[in-house]
Amino acid sequence: MGKIVAVTGNEAVANALRQANPDVCSLYPITPQTDIVQRFSSFVSNGVVDTELINAESEHSAMSAAIGAAAAGGRVITATSSQGLALMWEMLHIASGMNLPIVMPLVNRALSAPLNIHGDHSDGMGARDTGWIQLWSENAQEAYDNTIMAFRIAEHKDLRLPAMVCMDGFIISHSIERMEYLDDQPVKDFIGPYEQVNPLLDLQHPKSFGPLILTDLYHEYKRLQHEIIGRAKNIVLQVSDEFAKLSGRKYGLFESYRLEDAEVALVVLNSAAGTSKDVVDAMRDKGIKAGLLKPRLFRPFPYEEVGSALRHLKAVCVLDRADSYGGYGPMFMEISSAIYQAAGTGSGPRLVNKIYGLGGRDYMPEDAGKVLVELDAIAKGASVKAVKEYIGVRE
Amino acid sequence: MRKKVFGRPEGLKDAPFRFCPGCGHSILHRIVAECVDKLDIRGRSIAIGPVGCAVYAYDYFNFDVIEIPHGRPPAAATGMKRARPESIVISYQGDGDLAAIGMGEIVHAANRGENITVFFVNNGIYGMTGGQMAPTTICGQKTTTTPGGRSVAEAGYPMKMAELLSTLEGSAYIARTAIDSPKNTIATRRLFEKALRYQMEGKGFSLVEVLSPCPTDWKMTPEESLKWIENDMQKIFPLGVFKDKFAGAAANA
Repeated sequence: MGKIVAVTGNEAVANALRQANPDVCSLYPITPQTDIVQRFSSFVSNGVVDTELINAESEHSAMSAAIGAAAAGGRVITATSSQGLALMWEMLHIASGMNLPIVMPLVNRALSAPLNIHGDHSDGMGARDTGWIQLWSENAQEAYDNTIMAFRIAEHKDLRLPAMVCMDGFIISHSIERMEYLDDQPVKDFIGPYEQVNPLLDLQHPKSFGPLILTDLYHEYKRLQHEIIGRAKNIVLQVSDEFAKLSGRKYGLFESYRLEDAEVALVVLNSAAGTSKDVVDAMRDKGIKAGLLKPRLFRPFPYEEVGSALRHLKAVCVLDRADSYGGYGPMFMEISSAIYQAAGTGSGPRLVNKIYGLGGRDYMPEDAGKVLVELDAIAKGASVKAVKEYIGVRE
Repeated sequence: MRKKVFGRPEGLKDAPFRFCPGCGHSILHRIVAECVDKLDIRGRSIAIGPVGCAVYAYDYFNFDVIEIPHGRPPAAATGMKRARPESIVISYQGDGDLAAIGMGEIVHAANRGENITVFFVNNGIYGMTGGQMAPTTICGQKTTTTPGGRSVAEAGYPMKMAELLSTLEGSAYIARTAIDSPKNTIATRRLFEKALRYQMEGKGFSLVEVLSPCPTDWKMTPEESLKWIENDMQKIFPLGVFKDKFAGAAANA
């Protein structure tokens, strides 16, 4: 089964979308995502999917059309990057607040200004609090697999929430790599037919989506949203187990790499994790007990699981490819919270935060190497000079 | 003694254009710069660089340029003009910017009669992202998101911006031109100059739409592109002055 191919991340994701055969795709081009929707347009044009295609006039309209289509009843996709996601921001909350299981690949790209088209995680991190499930992907294979699984997760009857699948712009979206496509029929069987929940036009059970709710029940509604998205952790694990049977590839809430007996570790998302794993191996050869944790499910964030995976370490560096100006990097804040809850005050690993790779600045093995050497010194008693620093910066 | 008869306008920096062969932007950049020189407004002109292939406007225009996100230039231009009424605000936009994502902004800026000038480059396709359907793509035209050609049933009709904006009471001067021939290119310079004069004279909102070639995304030679403008685009987008609130006064001037 399956077929080994050499494709770009965008082509891989477009094919996952093809296999899901959605009812509606609303689209608006934006670099570096454009390739996905134009490939999908060809699938529609060639009749290999049964999808109704909407060429929208903006991302705000593309997401609005997706919301309308999902509320009316159907499996719905769109895709975006950067400014596109930023423009959708209002509607992202509507999609999650109305429990509409839209699936959206997000090809991560920096935000303006200054204008930049290259990969960083500012867009996805900016959508952290929109109530969407976020799955992050290291390479084309993971982006493809996560896209297939995203339909099952988003459409799960206990969740019914929109999901975005993130991969690094250009580094993954436009680079050709070896990966495995699953055959169409097993994927179709795995995803299954779309089942509408709370459909419109059911005269016995008339309903409204997104009504005005003021001080009487809004607070309760939001607590419910928190409780429901929390269910995603178990559902992601269930779906991933089933997917492992189909594909042979195992996924968890995050990936641990040589972490069990490690003393120092990097926490890093997406493509930079691949580079970093090689450096972890090299450091092991030099006698530094290095490891790595790569988050996969970022929303909801698996605090307890991540906390227990990291609490035994002596020093941890969280690498953020996004920034919160005047604050720590967004992933650092999550990891700090997870470790604090797992280890308590005054114990657990020393933590540092490095901001890397903004606007597509290359992340090199030497960058990871320097960080691990610094962590090793901190583990042996050296003081932390600065909690937050920028690496790979031109001075 | 040799006499200099031709040179680079002061309104352009000494930088080579990096547009595709046969692209209309370099001609249009030059025309804007020539008009700015002729009207002697370089010291008070602010251009708005669009999102799209003309994003590098600041590398070419020898006056101040601000980058504004996709679709928002007419709103930003409104703010600039209201803050500094003596400035000359030039919004240089493409069809994706002006007629899709920024449809709301352009309609309302025109309807308010903002005293700004918009140069609207219509090549009927999303150029920078690599040839997707634009609102101005003509029926049957093949793009990467309409591989079988734009169909009315799925994607409606091409958006006729000059006609649409000319119906608004707030707009003062609305014209459409093309750069498919020397004659039309010379006419384009005249229309650009007139639109800028309207702003200088406080006459209100002026916009000139230009049919401009995109050989790369149309998958044509530069020469075929010019013929496509003449034979195909102009059928849908006729050239002419669609609105001139001060036609009589201008004739007397």
